[in-house]
Amino acid sequence: MVIVAELRDLSKVYGDKTVLDGINLQVYEGEILALLGPNGSGKTTLLKILAFIENPTSGEVKFQNKTVSLKDVERARMQSTLVFQKTIAFDTSVYNNIAYGLKIRKVPKNARDEEIRNAIRFVKLEGFEKRPARKLSGGEQQRLAIARALVLRTKLLLLDEPTANLDPRNAAILEEVIATVNREMKTTVVMATHNMFQAKTLPQRIALMSDGRITEVGTPIEIFGKLSKNLASFAAVDNTFTGAARKTDAGTTIVDIGNGLQIQAATQRQGETSIFVNPQDIILSKSAVASSARNVFKGRIIEVLDLGTLVKLKVDIGKPFTVQITKQSFNEMLLNLNTEVYIAFKASNVQVV
Amino acid sequence: MVDILGGIIKALQMILSGDPVLYGILYRSLFFSGIAVILATLWGTPIAMLLGLKDFRGKTLVKTFFNSLIGVPTVVLGLVLFLIFSKGGPLGSLGLLYTPGAIILGEAILVTPILVSIATTAIEAVDPEIMNLSKTLGASESQASLAVLKEAVNGVLLSNIASFNRAIAELGVALLVGGNIAGLTDVLTTAISRYTARGDLDLAIALGIMLMVFVFGINMIVIAARKAKFLLTLGRSPQ
Repeated sequence: MVIVAELRDLSKVYGDKTVLDGINLQVYEGEILALLGPNGSGKTTLLKILAFIENPTSGEVKFQNKTVSLKDVERARMQSTLVFQKTIAFDTSVYNNIAYGLKIRKVPKNARDEEIRNAIRFVKLEGFEKRPARKLSGGEQQRLAIARALVLRTKLLLLDEPTANLDPRNAAILEEVIATVNREMKTTVVMATHNMFQAKTLPQRIALMSDGRITEVGTPIEIFGKLSKNLASFAAVDNTFTGAARKTDAGTTIVDIGNGLQIQAATQRQGETSIFVNPQDIILSKSAVASSARNVFKGRIIEVLDLGTLVKLKVDIGKPFTVQITKQSFNEMLLNLNTEVYIAFKASNVQVV
Repeated sequence: MVDILGGIIKALQMILSGDPVLYGILYRSLFFSGIAVILATLWGTPIAMLLGLKDFRGKTLVKTFFNSLIGVPTVVLGLVLFLIFSKGGPLGSLGLLYTPGAIILGEAILVTPILVSIATTAIEAVDPEIMNLSKTLGASESQASLAVLKEAVNGVLLSNIASFNRAIAELGVALLVGGNIAGLTDVLTTAISRYTARGDLDLAIALGIMLMVFVFGINMIVIAARKAKFLLTLGRSPQ
């Protein structure tokens, strides 16, 4: 297999904080590689080093079989581009944003226009060309960011949590774009994510990260097939819990995740099990409502994160559960910090990882 | 008793009739202040970019230095420059004293702190990730810095306008290093002081009106430009 990029014994230290420690990683041509790990595990720093906008403290970065030294950085940057997690755009039109990298590469205007048209069509932003980029919604801005990167046809496309903070519709569009880019344009993709589902479906390989180290590398089947200690330690990932599972007579499984919380899952498992509940699958109410949901818990809101049209809430029911609702619901329900709420989710929405 | 109303009417008549003395003074004021701001922009913008984009030891000290100098009395700076440009001074051999060159240079130095301070603030207000965004799209260090400067263009423009206002309205430097020589180095402010002292109040009032019209006019343009920011934004390319 052809190696596009390689990191050897790489470390990165900011002040007295070691962000990356002894990283060894190979990125193969044409693959989608996911960096899966909780926040603060070093994924973003690793991507910035692969994008050549951050220099490692020690270790070696090889790109297309050549060690990249400080003086080669600007050349290497032309072949590797990063889409940031935080949507950011130049204060100009959508068109000019996408044109930026092509102008740097001195692509003639005719060819540039054609490329931009294609990229805009690809991310489904037709008709947005003349709009001010910063007036777009979060999802549209993220799609713009992808178009701005795609148009450069770099060897390596790096994506930092591309669908975090996006509503399901925009997230689905983006995932489709990433898969198509990889399949049809043969672009090598490295993406950071803490979304286990994304990691399960999109990439060919996964590198598990925690505390600045790569703890395991393998295919999704290898990583998710066996319950690794590393994956189980992912408690920092939203709504991922580990506990002892026992089968019930009803054909479901009860997982005891601690603090008196028994989660019912529509699957048959025994022994140590890790489960995940998608924040979008949780129903939030101010009183206990009769429903078909097998899992209903009372708690209070301990964190509120405004994502524009969506609001992410952390509800403490003995363990913190992340719940995602629309801003409209949030306002209409008069929710706030410390509000007492009920969360409910179906046993079939409990995913066993 | 001074006939204020009569003075204003006469002054307006002079302005409307296109009095060559008046317009000569106005032209010199605009020209000297304009060139001074261009000079200050040429050396002040790189300083602002350095202060806004780079971290280095003593940065706060440098920023404080420029901030403090904003309020320097123009007459004190005028005196210092007079000593430097006068015959026995370190730059006396250049023969700049009482020439337009001395006024232009003096005003450029005068407005540099205000230009650097406002432009630095504008550059610092740009999202630091813009630099990384430019780089990851292939920009070199200098291209990325330029992209940040373009994002701060409104602030940089404001720094130019504030500098121009300060230059055109100051008296001390123009008076002390320009010498207020009629037809050569007299500008709106120095001419007002001369005509007032002489009792030529019609001329002084006319010049005063012109100065105010320009200062107000520039501010009106700034407000209009801010309103038109949306249009400016669309036409601007980040490169």
